Amino acid sequence: MTSKAKVATVWLGGCSGCHMSFLDIDEKLLDLADRIELVYSPLVDRKEYPEGVDVVLVEGALCNTENLELLLKVRERSRVLVSFGDCAVTGNTSQLRNRLKIDDVLTQVYQAGPGSIPKGPEALEVLPVLLPKVYPLHAAVPVDFYLPGCPPDPDRILKTVTALLAGEKPQLPAESITFG
Amino acid sequence: MSVITVTINGVEGSAPAGATLLEACRQNGVELPTLCHLEGLTPVGACRLCLVQVEGARRLLPACVTEAQQGMVVQTHTEKLVKYRKMTLELLLSERNHICSVCVANGACELRTLCAQLGVDHTRFEYRCPDLPPIDTSHERNGLDHNRCISCTRCIRACDQIEGAHTLDMEGRGIENRVIIDMNQKWGTSRSCTKCGKCVNVCPTGTLFWKGSTVAEMEKEVGFLHWIRGGREKKTWSYL
Repeated sequence: MTSKAKVATVWLGGCSGCHMSFLDIDEKLLDLADRIELVYSPLVDRKEYPEGVDVVLVEGALCNTENLELLLKVRERSRVLVSFGDCAVTGNTSQLRNRLKIDDVLTQVYQAGPGSIPKGPEALEVLPVLLPKVYPLHAAVPVDFYLPGCPPDPDRILKTVTALLAGEKPQLPAESITFG
Repeated sequence: MSVITVTINGVEGSAPAGATLLEACRQNGVELPTLCHLEGLTPVGACRLCLVQVEGARRLLPACVTEAQQGMVVQTHTEKLVKYRKMTLELLLSERNHICSVCVANGACELRTLCAQLGVDHTRFEYRCPDLPPIDTSHERNGLDHNRCISCTRCIRACDQIEGAHTLDMEGRGIENRVIIDMNQKWGTSRSCTKCGKCVNVCPTGTLFWKGSTVAEMEKEVGFLHWIRGGREKKTWSYL
Protein backbone atom coordinates (compact mmCIF):
# COMPACT_ATOMS: atom_id res chain seq x y z
CA MET A 1 0.00 0.00 0.00
CA THR A 2 1.20 3.47 -0.84
CA SER A 3 1.69 6.01 1.90
CA LYS A 4 -1.48 7.49 3.35
CA ALA A 5 -2.77 10.86 2.17
CA LYS A 6 -2.21 13.66 4.65
CA VAL A 7 -5.57 15.21 5.43
CA ALA A 8 -6.33 18.16 7.69
CA THR A 9 -9.47 19.96 8.83
CA VAL A 10 -9.50 23.53 10.10
CA TRP A 11 -12.11 25.40 12.15
CA LEU A 12 -12.24 29.17 11.58
CA GLY A 13 -15.26 31.41 12.18
CA GLY A 14 -17.99 28.79 12.18
CA CYS A 15 -20.06 26.76 14.62
CA SER A 16 -18.28 23.41 14.04
CA GLY A 17 -21.47 22.07 12.50
CA CYS A 18 -19.55 21.14 9.36
CA HIS A 19 -17.15 19.09 11.48
CA MET A 20 -20.14 17.41 13.17
CA SER A 21 -21.50 16.57 9.72
CA PHE A 22 -18.09 15.16 8.79
CA LEU A 23 -18.30 12.83 11.79
CA ASP A 24 -21.81 11.86 10.65
CA ILE A 25 -20.23 9.92 7.79
CA ASP A 26 -20.42 7.28 10.51
CA GLU A 27 -19.08 3.81 9.70
CA LYS A 28 -17.57 4.93 6.42
CA LEU A 29 -15.12 6.96 8.52
CA LEU A 30 -13.43 3.62 9.23
CA ASP A 31 -12.75 3.04 5.52
CA LEU A 32 -11.53 6.60 5.25
CA ALA A 33 -9.30 6.19 8.30
CA ASP A 34 -7.45 3.34 6.57
CA ARG A 35 -6.56 5.61 3.68
CA ILE A 36 -5.71 8.89 5.37
CA GLU A 37 -3.54 10.30 8.09
CA LEU A 38 -5.37 13.08 9.94
CA VAL A 39 -2.44 15.40 10.55
CA TYR A 40 -4.24 18.47 11.91
CA SER A 41 -7.81 19.06 13.09
CA PRO A 42 -9.84 20.36 16.04
CA LEU A 43 -10.47 16.64 16.56
CA VAL A 44 -6.77 15.88 17.18
CA ASP A 45 -4.23 17.57 19.42
CA ARG A 46 -1.61 18.95 17.08
CA LYS A 47 -0.89 22.64 17.74
CA GLU A 48 1.03 23.68 14.63
CA TYR A 49 -0.32 23.28 11.09
CA PRO A 50 2.12 20.92 9.34
CA GLU A 51 3.80 21.15 5.95
CA GLY A 52 2.88 18.96 3.00
CA VAL A 53 -0.85 18.49 3.58
CA ASP A 54 -2.58 16.83 0.61
CA VAL A 55 -6.19 17.81 1.26
CA VAL A 56 -7.57 20.28 3.78
CA LEU A 57 -11.20 21.06 4.61
CA VAL A 58 -11.51 24.58 6.00
CA GLU A 59 -14.71 25.36 7.89
CA GLY A 60 -15.82 28.85 8.85
CA ALA A 61 -15.51 32.40 7.61
CA LEU A 62 -12.69 34.87 8.09
CA CYS A 63 -13.76 36.85 11.14
CA ASN A 64 -10.55 37.89 12.89
CA THR A 65 -6.79 38.20 12.45
CA GLU A 66 -6.17 34.75 13.88
CA ASN A 67 -8.45 33.20 11.22
CA LEU A 68 -6.60 35.10 8.50
CA GLU A 69 -3.10 34.20 9.72
CA LEU A 70 -4.00 30.53 10.01
CA LEU A 71 -5.67 30.45 6.59
CA LEU A 72 -2.62 31.97 4.90
CA LYS A 73 -0.45 29.33 6.53
CA VAL A 74 -2.91 26.57 5.58
CA ARG A 75 -2.93 27.70 1.95
CA GLU A 76 0.84 27.78 1.78
CA ARG A 77 1.24 24.32 3.28
CA SER A 78 -1.61 22.46 1.51
CA ARG A 79 -2.03 21.13 -1.98
CA VAL A 80 -5.85 21.05 -2.25
CA LEU A 81 -7.91 23.48 -0.18
CA VAL A 82 -11.65 22.88 0.14
CA SER A 83 -13.91 25.74 1.21
CA PHE A 84 -15.97 23.63 3.60
CA GLY A 85 -19.56 24.74 4.25
CA ASP A 86 -21.52 27.95 3.84
CA CYS A 87 -19.51 30.12 6.26
CA ALA A 88 -16.32 29.37 4.33
CA VAL A 89 -18.05 29.71 0.94
CA THR A 90 -20.35 32.69 1.54
CA GLY A 91 -19.69 34.13 5.01
CA ASN A 92 -23.17 32.85 5.94
CA THR A 93 -24.54 33.96 9.32
CA SER A 94 -21.07 35.03 10.43
CA GLN A 95 -21.28 37.92 7.99
CA LEU A 96 -24.60 39.21 9.34
CA ARG A 97 -22.52 41.69 11.31
CA ASN A 98 -21.07 43.24 8.14
CA ARG A 99 -23.73 45.94 8.00
CA LEU A 100 -22.91 47.03 11.55
CA LYS A 101 -20.05 49.19 12.81
CA ILE A 102 -17.43 47.04 14.46
CA ASP A 103 -17.28 49.25 17.58
CA ASP A 104 -21.02 48.83 18.04
CA VAL A 105 -20.63 45.05 17.79
CA LEU A 106 -17.85 45.00 20.39
CA THR A 107 -19.74 47.32 22.71
CA GLN A 108 -22.85 45.20 22.46
CA VAL A 109 -21.01 41.98 23.24
CA TYR A 110 -18.30 43.08 25.68
CA GLN A 111 -19.83 46.05 27.46
CA ALA A 112 -23.58 45.60 27.36
CA GLY A 113 -23.62 41.81 27.43
CA PRO A 114 -24.17 39.79 30.62
CA GLY A 115 -21.59 37.70 32.48
CA SER A 116 -17.98 38.14 33.53
CA ILE A 117 -16.22 38.06 30.19
CA PRO A 118 -13.21 40.36 29.69
CA LYS A 119 -14.27 43.94 29.04
CA GLY A 120 -12.75 46.77 27.05
CA PRO A 121 -8.94 46.98 26.71
CA GLU A 122 -8.57 43.80 28.74
CA ALA A 123 -10.44 41.90 26.02
CA LEU A 124 -8.42 43.41 23.23
CA GLU A 125 -5.20 42.10 24.79
CA VAL A 126 -6.29 38.49 24.91
CA LEU A 127 -8.56 38.19 21.90
CA PRO A 128 -7.61 38.35 18.22
CA VAL A 129 -8.68 41.60 16.56
CA LEU A 130 -11.88 41.38 14.53
CA LEU A 131 -11.56 42.08 10.83
CA PRO A 132 -13.64 45.10 9.78
CA LYS A 133 -15.83 42.74 7.79
CA VAL A 134 -16.36 38.98 7.68
CA TYR A 135 -15.20 37.40 4.41
CA PRO A 136 -15.47 34.05 2.66
CA LEU A 137 -12.17 32.19 2.28
CA HIS A 138 -11.74 32.92 -1.42
CA ALA A 139 -11.59 36.65 -0.62
CA ALA A 140 -8.11 35.97 0.82
CA VAL A 141 -6.67 32.84 -0.80
CA PRO A 142 -7.25 30.71 -3.91
CA VAL A 143 -9.72 27.91 -3.22
CA ASP A 144 -9.60 24.62 -5.13
CA PHE A 145 -13.08 23.33 -4.42
CA TYR A 146 -16.28 24.75 -2.95
CA LEU A 147 -18.49 22.54 -0.80
CA PRO A 148 -21.56 24.58 0.18
CA GLY A 149 -24.21 23.58 2.70
CA CYS A 150 -25.09 24.52 6.26
CA PRO A 151 -23.80 22.03 7.03
CA PRO A 152 -22.89 20.07 3.88
CA ASP A 153 -24.58 16.71 4.39
CA PRO A 154 -22.31 13.72 5.13
CA ASP A 155 -22.85 12.23 1.69
CA ARG A 156 -21.52 15.26 -0.19
CA ILE A 157 -18.55 15.46 2.19
CA LEU A 158 -17.69 11.80 1.64
CA LYS A 159 -18.05 12.10 -2.14
CA THR A 160 -15.83 15.16 -2.21
CA VAL A 161 -13.11 13.73 -0.01
CA THR A 162 -13.16 10.39 -1.82
CA ALA A 163 -12.77 12.05 -5.21
CA LEU A 164 -9.99 14.36 -4.02
CA LEU A 165 -8.09 11.43 -2.49
CA ALA A 166 -8.31 9.68 -5.85
CA GLY A 167 -6.83 12.78 -7.44
CA GLU A 168 -10.08 13.62 -9.24
CA LYS A 169 -12.17 16.75 -9.37
CA PRO A 170 -15.35 16.04 -7.37
CA GLN A 171 -18.44 15.89 -9.58
CA LEU A 172 -21.43 16.58 -7.38
CA PRO A 173 -25.01 16.56 -8.72
CA ALA A 174 -26.99 19.83 -8.57
CA GLU A 175 -28.88 18.80 -5.42
CA SER A 176 -25.54 18.40 -3.63
CA ILE A 177 -24.20 21.90 -4.21
CA THR A 178 -27.07 23.89 -2.69
CA PHE A 179 -26.46 26.60 -0.11
CA GLY A 180 -28.05 26.45 3.31
CA MET B 1 -53.37 29.75 -36.06
CA SER B 2 -50.38 30.33 -38.32
CA VAL B 3 -47.13 28.64 -37.48
CA ILE B 4 -43.57 29.87 -37.93
CA THR B 5 -40.33 27.94 -38.04
CA VAL B 6 -37.25 28.82 -36.02
CA THR B 7 -33.86 27.13 -35.77
CA ILE B 8 -32.83 26.58 -32.16
CA ASN B 9 -29.31 25.28 -31.54
CA GLY B 10 -29.16 23.98 -35.10
CA VAL B 11 -32.47 22.14 -34.91
CA GLU B 12 -35.54 23.35 -36.78
CA GLY B 13 -38.65 23.76 -34.71
CA SER B 14 -42.04 25.38 -34.96
CA ALA B 15 -44.00 27.80 -32.83
CA PRO B 16 -47.32 29.59 -33.14
CA ALA B 17 -47.01 33.05 -34.71
CA GLY B 18 -46.72 35.67 -31.99
CA ALA B 19 -44.98 33.36 -29.52
CA THR B 20 -41.96 34.67 -27.64
CA LEU B 21 -38.58 33.08 -28.14
CA LEU B 22 -38.85 31.65 -24.64
CA GLU B 23 -42.15 29.98 -25.49
CA ALA B 24 -40.69 28.74 -28.78
CA CYS B 25 -37.68 27.26 -26.96
CA ARG B 26 -39.76 25.54 -24.31
CA GLN B 27 -42.25 24.19 -26.85
CA ASN B 28 -39.32 22.65 -28.70
CA GLY B 29 -37.83 21.05 -25.63
CA VAL B 30 -35.09 23.62 -24.99
CA GLU B 31 -35.15 24.74 -21.38
CA LEU B 32 -33.97 28.24 -20.48
CA PRO B 33 -33.43 29.37 -16.89
CA THR B 34 -35.71 32.21 -15.71
CA LEU B 35 -36.43 34.02 -12.46
CA CYS B 36 -38.61 37.03 -13.31
CA HIS B 37 -40.71 35.09 -15.80
CA LEU B 38 -43.84 33.30 -14.67
CA GLU B 39 -46.40 31.93 -17.07
CA GLY B 40 -49.60 33.88 -16.53
CA LEU B 41 -47.88 37.21 -15.80
CA THR B 42 -46.73 39.64 -18.49
CA PRO B 43 -43.01 39.20 -19.20
CA VAL B 44 -40.66 42.06 -18.27
CA GLY B 45 -37.13 40.86 -19.09
CA ALA B 46 -35.79 41.87 -15.67
CA CYS B 47 -33.56 38.99 -14.60
CA ARG B 48 -31.62 38.57 -17.89
CA LEU B 49 -31.18 34.84 -17.34
CA CYS B 50 -32.99 33.91 -20.57
CA LEU B 51 -30.63 35.92 -22.78
CA VAL B 52 -30.07 34.20 -26.13
CA GLN B 53 -27.99 34.81 -29.21
CA VAL B 54 -30.00 35.56 -32.35
CA GLU B 55 -28.21 35.46 -35.68
CA GLY B 56 -28.03 38.96 -37.14
CA ALA B 57 -28.77 40.72 -33.84
CA ARG B 58 -25.96 42.91 -32.55
CA ARG B 59 -26.67 42.22 -28.91
CA LEU B 60 -27.98 39.38 -26.77
CA LEU B 61 -31.78 39.33 -26.49
CA PRO B 62 -33.96 38.30 -23.53
CA ALA B 63 -36.03 35.43 -24.91
CA CYS B 64 -39.04 36.18 -22.69
CA VAL B 65 -39.74 39.57 -24.33
CA THR B 66 -38.51 38.84 -27.87
CA GLU B 67 -41.10 37.72 -30.38
CA ALA B 68 -40.04 34.71 -32.41
CA GLN B 69 -39.87 35.55 -36.10
CA GLN B 70 -40.08 33.27 -39.13
CA GLY B 71 -36.63 31.92 -39.96
CA MET B 72 -34.89 33.11 -36.79
CA VAL B 73 -31.66 31.28 -35.97
CA VAL B 74 -31.13 31.10 -32.21
CA GLN B 75 -28.37 29.82 -29.94
CA THR B 76 -29.36 29.28 -26.30
CA HIS B 77 -26.40 27.62 -24.59
CA THR B 78 -23.17 28.97 -26.05
CA GLU B 79 -20.15 29.24 -23.78
CA LYS B 80 -20.68 33.00 -23.56
CA LEU B 81 -24.36 32.70 -22.61
CA VAL B 82 -23.69 30.08 -19.94
CA LYS B 83 -20.91 32.28 -18.56
CA TYR B 84 -23.19 35.33 -18.42
CA ARG B 85 -26.00 33.40 -16.75
CA LYS B 86 -23.66 32.20 -14.02
CA MET B 87 -22.34 35.73 -13.58
CA THR B 88 -25.89 37.08 -13.28
CA LEU B 89 -26.61 34.61 -10.49
CA GLU B 90 -23.34 35.48 -8.76
CA LEU B 91 -24.24 39.16 -8.90
CA LEU B 92 -27.70 38.44 -7.47
CA LEU B 93 -26.09 36.53 -4.60
CA SER B 94 -23.78 39.42 -3.78
CA GLU B 95 -26.32 42.24 -4.13
CA ARG B 96 -28.45 41.77 -0.99
CA ASN B 97 -28.32 39.48 2.05
CA HIS B 98 -29.16 35.98 0.90
CA ILE B 99 -28.39 33.87 3.93
CA CYS B 100 -29.84 30.55 2.76
CA SER B 101 -29.19 28.72 6.03
CA VAL B 102 -31.64 30.91 7.95
CA CYS B 103 -34.10 31.66 5.13
CA VAL B 104 -37.78 30.74 5.26
CA ALA B 105 -37.64 29.73 1.60
CA ASN B 106 -34.67 27.36 1.87
CA GLY B 107 -35.85 24.42 -0.24
CA ALA B 108 -38.51 26.46 -2.05
CA CYS B 109 -36.22 29.16 -3.45
CA GLU B 110 -35.82 29.43 -7.22
CA LEU B 111 -32.61 31.44 -6.91
CA ARG B 112 -30.98 28.78 -4.75
CA THR B 113 -32.20 26.00 -7.06
CA LEU B 114 -30.95 27.75 -10.20
CA CYS B 115 -27.55 28.38 -8.64
CA ALA B 116 -27.20 24.66 -7.98
CA GLN B 117 -28.47 23.71 -11.45
CA LEU B 118 -26.04 26.06 -13.18
CA GLY B 119 -23.13 25.09 -10.94
CA VAL B 120 -22.85 28.39 -9.08
CA ASP B 121 -21.30 27.15 -5.83
CA HIS B 122 -19.89 30.54 -4.77
CA THR B 123 -19.77 34.15 -5.92
CA ARG B 124 -16.54 35.81 -6.95
CA PHE B 125 -18.03 39.25 -6.23
CA GLU B 126 -17.70 40.95 -2.86
CA TYR B 127 -20.91 40.82 -0.85
CA ARG B 128 -22.45 44.29 -0.57
CA CYS B 129 -24.17 43.47 2.73
CA PRO B 130 -26.54 46.44 2.40
CA ASP B 131 -28.44 47.89 5.33
CA LEU B 132 -32.03 47.53 4.11
CA PRO B 133 -35.37 48.64 5.54
CA PRO B 134 -36.47 46.43 8.44
CA ILE B 135 -38.56 43.32 7.78
CA ASP B 136 -42.22 44.34 7.60
CA THR B 137 -44.40 41.96 9.60
CA SER B 138 -47.17 44.46 10.29
CA HIS B 139 -49.53 42.59 7.93
CA GLU B 140 -51.98 40.12 9.38
CA ARG B 141 -50.68 37.18 7.33
CA ASN B 142 -47.66 38.10 5.21
CA GLY B 143 -44.12 39.26 5.83
CA LEU B 144 -41.77 41.27 3.57
CA ASP B 145 -38.01 40.84 3.87
CA HIS B 146 -36.02 43.12 1.52
CA ASN B 147 -32.83 41.16 2.20
CA ARG B 148 -33.95 38.35 -0.10
CA CYS B 149 -35.46 40.43 -2.92
CA ILE B 150 -34.07 40.09 -6.46
CA SER B 151 -36.37 42.78 -7.93
CA CYS B 152 -38.08 40.36 -10.29
CA THR B 153 -41.42 42.20 -9.79
CA ARG B 154 -43.45 38.99 -9.93
CA CYS B 155 -45.31 40.06 -6.76
CA ILE B 156 -46.10 43.46 -8.22
CA ARG B 157 -47.41 41.98 -11.46
CA ALA B 158 -49.49 39.31 -9.70
CA CYS B 159 -51.05 41.95 -7.44
CA ASP B 160 -51.81 44.24 -10.37
CA GLN B 161 -52.67 41.85 -13.18
CA ILE B 162 -54.27 38.91 -11.38
CA GLU B 163 -55.70 40.30 -8.17
CA GLY B 164 -56.27 43.79 -9.60
CA ALA B 165 -55.33 45.55 -6.36
CA HIS B 166 -51.91 47.04 -7.24
CA THR B 167 -50.94 47.25 -3.58
CA LEU B 168 -47.32 46.45 -4.36
CA ASP B 169 -45.02 48.60 -6.45
CA MET B 170 -41.38 49.58 -6.77
CA GLU B 171 -39.60 52.69 -5.55
CA GLY B 172 -36.09 53.86 -6.45
CA ARG B 173 -33.91 52.89 -9.37
CA GLY B 174 -31.17 50.37 -10.04
CA ILE B 175 -29.53 48.99 -6.96
CA GLU B 176 -31.61 51.30 -4.75
CA ASN B 177 -34.97 49.89 -5.82
CA ARG B 178 -37.31 48.48 -3.18
CA VAL B 179 -40.69 46.80 -3.25
CA ILE B 180 -43.16 49.08 -1.49
CA ILE B 181 -46.70 48.83 -0.21
CA ASP B 182 -49.22 51.47 -1.34
CA MET B 183 -47.66 54.89 -0.67
CA ASN B 184 -44.54 53.33 0.86
CA GLN B 185 -46.15 52.45 4.16
CA LYS B 186 -46.35 49.54 6.57
CA TRP B 187 -48.17 46.61 4.98
CA GLY B 188 -50.51 46.33 7.94
CA THR B 189 -51.83 49.84 7.26
CA SER B 190 -52.62 49.15 3.58
CA ARG B 191 -56.25 49.68 2.59
CA SER B 192 -55.82 48.27 -0.93
CA CYS B 193 -54.37 44.89 0.08
CA THR B 194 -57.02 42.17 -0.12
CA LYS B 195 -54.83 39.69 1.82
CA CYS B 196 -55.16 37.22 -1.06
CA GLY B 197 -51.56 36.01 -0.77
CA LYS B 198 -50.89 35.79 -4.52
CA CYS B 199 -47.77 37.93 -4.11
CA VAL B 200 -46.36 35.50 -1.54
CA ASN B 201 -47.01 32.50 -3.76
CA VAL B 202 -45.34 33.95 -6.84
CA CYS B 203 -42.24 35.28 -5.00
CA PRO B 204 -39.31 33.13 -6.17
CA THR B 205 -37.27 33.70 -2.99
CA GLY B 206 -37.90 34.23 0.70
CA THR B 207 -38.76 37.92 0.31
CA LEU B 208 -42.48 37.38 0.78
CA PHE B 209 -43.51 34.74 3.29
CA TRP B 210 -46.37 33.56 5.46
CA LYS B 211 -45.93 34.89 8.96
CA GLY B 212 -45.17 32.11 11.39
CA SER B 213 -43.10 30.08 8.97
CA THR B 214 -39.53 29.56 10.05
CA VAL B 215 -36.38 28.32 8.30
CA ALA B 216 -37.13 26.20 5.21
CA GLU B 217 -40.84 25.99 5.99
CA MET B 218 -42.16 28.04 3.07
CA GLU B 219 -43.92 26.33 0.21
CA LYS B 220 -45.04 28.26 -2.84
CA GLU B 221 -47.94 27.34 -5.09
CA VAL B 222 -48.37 29.12 -8.44
CA GLY B 223 -50.90 26.78 -10.09
CA PHE B 224 -53.68 29.32 -9.50
CA LEU B 225 -52.19 31.59 -12.19
CA HIS B 226 -52.85 29.08 -14.94
CA TRP B 227 -56.37 28.48 -13.69
CA ILE B 228 -57.36 32.12 -13.36
CA ARG B 229 -55.83 33.18 -16.68
CA GLY B 230 -57.41 30.23 -18.44
CA GLY B 231 -60.79 31.14 -17.02
CA ARG B 232 -60.55 34.80 -17.89
CA GLU B 233 -59.12 34.45 -21.36
CA LYS B 234 -60.50 31.14 -22.63
CA LYS B 235 -63.53 30.93 -20.37
CA THR B 236 -62.52 27.43 -19.34
CA TRP B 237 -62.62 27.23 -15.56
CA SER B 238 -60.99 23.86 -15.39
CA TYR B 239 -58.26 22.36 -13.27
CA LEU B 240 -57.07 20.34 -16.28
